Amino acid sequence: MSHSRIGPRFARLTAEGRAGFIPYVTAGYPTLDHTRDLLAGLAELGSDVIELGIPFSDPMADGPTIQRSSQGALDNGTTVDDVFGLLAELRRCSEVPVVIFSYLNPLHARGVETFVREAAEAGADGILPTDLPLGADPALETMLLESPLDFVRLVAPTTYPARVREIARSSQGFVYYIARTGVTGARVELRSELAREAGAVRAVSPVPVAVGFGVSTPEHARAVGAAADAVVVGSALVNRLDQAGVEGSLALAAELHGALNGIG
Amino acid sequence: MTAMPATTGRFGPYGGRYVPETLIPALDELAASYAAATAEPAFLAEADDLAAHYVGRPTPLYRARRFEAAAGVAPIYLKREDLNHTGAHKINNTVGQALLARRMGKPRIIAETGAGQHGVATATACALFDMECVVYMGTEDVQRQSLNVYRMELLGAEVRPVDSGTRTLKDATNEALRDWVTNVADTHYIIGSVVGPHPFPLIVRDFQAVIGREARRQILEAEGRLPATVVACVGGGSNAMGMFHAFAGDEEVALIGVEAAGEGLGSGRSSASLNEGRPGVLHGSLSYLLQDGDGQIAPAHSVAAGLDYPGVGPEHAHLHDSGRARYVSVGDGAAERAFRRLPALEGIIPALETAHALAWVEEAGRGGGIAAPVAICLSGRGDKDVVHVSSLGE
Repeated sequence: MSHSRIGPRFARLTAEGRAGFIPYVTAGYPTLDHTRDLLAGLAELGSDVIELGIPFSDPMADGPTIQRSSQGALDNGTTVDDVFGLLAELRRCSEVPVVIFSYLNPLHARGVETFVREAAEAGADGILPTDLPLGADPALETMLLESPLDFVRLVAPTTYPARVREIARSSQGFVYYIARTGVTGARVELRSELAREAGAVRAVSPVPVAVGFGVSTPEHARAVGAAADAVVVGSALVNRLDQAGVEGSLALAAELHGALNGIG
Repeated sequence: MTAMPATTGRFGPYGGRYVPETLIPALDELAASYAAATAEPAFLAEADDLAAHYVGRPTPLYRARRFEAAAGVAPIYLKREDLNHTGAHKINNTVGQALLARRMGKPRIIAETGAGQHGVATATACALFDMECVVYMGTEDVQRQSLNVYRMELLGAEVRPVDSGTRTLKDATNEALRDWVTNVADTHYIIGSVVGPHPFPLIVRDFQAVIGREARRQILEAEGRLPATVVACVGGGSNAMGMFHAFAGDEEVALIGVEAAGEGLGSGRSSASLNEGRPGVLHGSLSYLLQDGDGQIAPAHSVAAGLDYPGVGPEHAHLHDSGRARYVSVGDGAAERAFRRLPALEGIIPALETAHALAWVEEAGRGGGIAAPVAICLSGRGDKDVVHVSSLGE
């Protein structure tokens, strides 16, 4: 049975009448120390779920920002053990729900069962493999569904309607709607159809719907938050981290978080 | 026999469809379109007509007598894929996939390339069918295969250099996949080898299987018997799969895939995924990969840009595990020597990739470890490598 902190957090969001804020962090970028401070700060400012990204050498679903942060983390030697260590440290001071965001191969290399067990022991609540779509590997998918972690799945703008329903039904904790056909990355504008599409996913989903990919500003967050249960922000925070360090990135996170109050 | 992955996308446990959700509908569409097209007489007739009159098939099966003498084994036949239009086997696949793209109504084509042969073959098919063509190529390969960059541009393609990661074929493939994820509505991705998510390994194998079908018929005509040994170089493994497929059911035929050992097995500088790798997931399928304990992909190395890839096609992984094919390796130095020797012996300049297969036959032949007749897939010609090899010195 899942002891995930994700479900209760979304229940609280509903009660409080606001959309959730889900920041993404590339573990180990630019250093493990930075990530440690970022995680503590993001928890402190009231993030609803943190997506903790395992850096991967070949991030084929990611745009230039997350490619750069992933490569930077690997260049300074970040390992999966390091990521679990960071998570365990965070757990000494915070109960913020954490989803491990990873390409499949780091899980595969460790043994998926071992990876998931160790992640859960370190304090993770969910797992989101970017390259394990519904039906790709039924045995593996069943193992993840039955694991102590919530198995969070993705829906894309290209996903056909019948499949949207199926994915949402087999997603645990929440389902992640990809805001655009493409790779991750901060964007100046969001597509006008996004609210309607997110609403369509929400209409058939038994779990909350988080929307990400391209959300960069408080205005974006408000627009997306109005149509979703939570908003994911990744590349924009990484870019701010590059420009203005941990403090700057946390300041943007606080703005984004604040923009979601009273929305949703 | 080789498993047919038409429904499951698997060769034994390997293969599959480990991709971002965004691509699933496009892969479904491709699989459906491929199944429908190959049942249409008109589609097959057009493909056959292009193979005969544009690509130049069938290619000869040539008995290489002076090479036999050097290798100490006879007879040795070379399946002359270098004589295809554009100079390599790659065009067998690109013309087929371009026909599929046209049938699906996708006017824009993308491709990745290492040695540049697949890029040239894709650019050629796009010129023929009047399609927009973008080819991703690692900056290291742009440098060592400059002739092919110019050829692609001449053919109307846009070559986009890729400066991330190891700046070779792996990274070009990542970038092509990112392009596809972004532009999937109007774009078809012509993958150049038997890699990637289902149905690519199946489609590329099928379009390349003409190599082995012809070779099998030709050697039966020439020798009245099947070859004892069939040899091909393996990077991703498309010429090898094309060569092996027709012989897979002939249990008496030994299938030998030659990987690139680079600076040597154990040096950390090879591309020998089957000899040195472990199963893992990259570019949409489960197969053998060069990787570290955390599943980070290890940089591959080979003097041959077309073999410089840390993975291998899933069907090869299956043939390796089942023992139906054997995978050996040859290093940079031996390949360079074979590259220099064949022109002197036979008047044929082989691609550096192909030279790995030739080097293994010579080595195994002199050691008495190879049964004749031997059929080698001469996958491509080496004009593209002349400048690079001459720069390496003797």
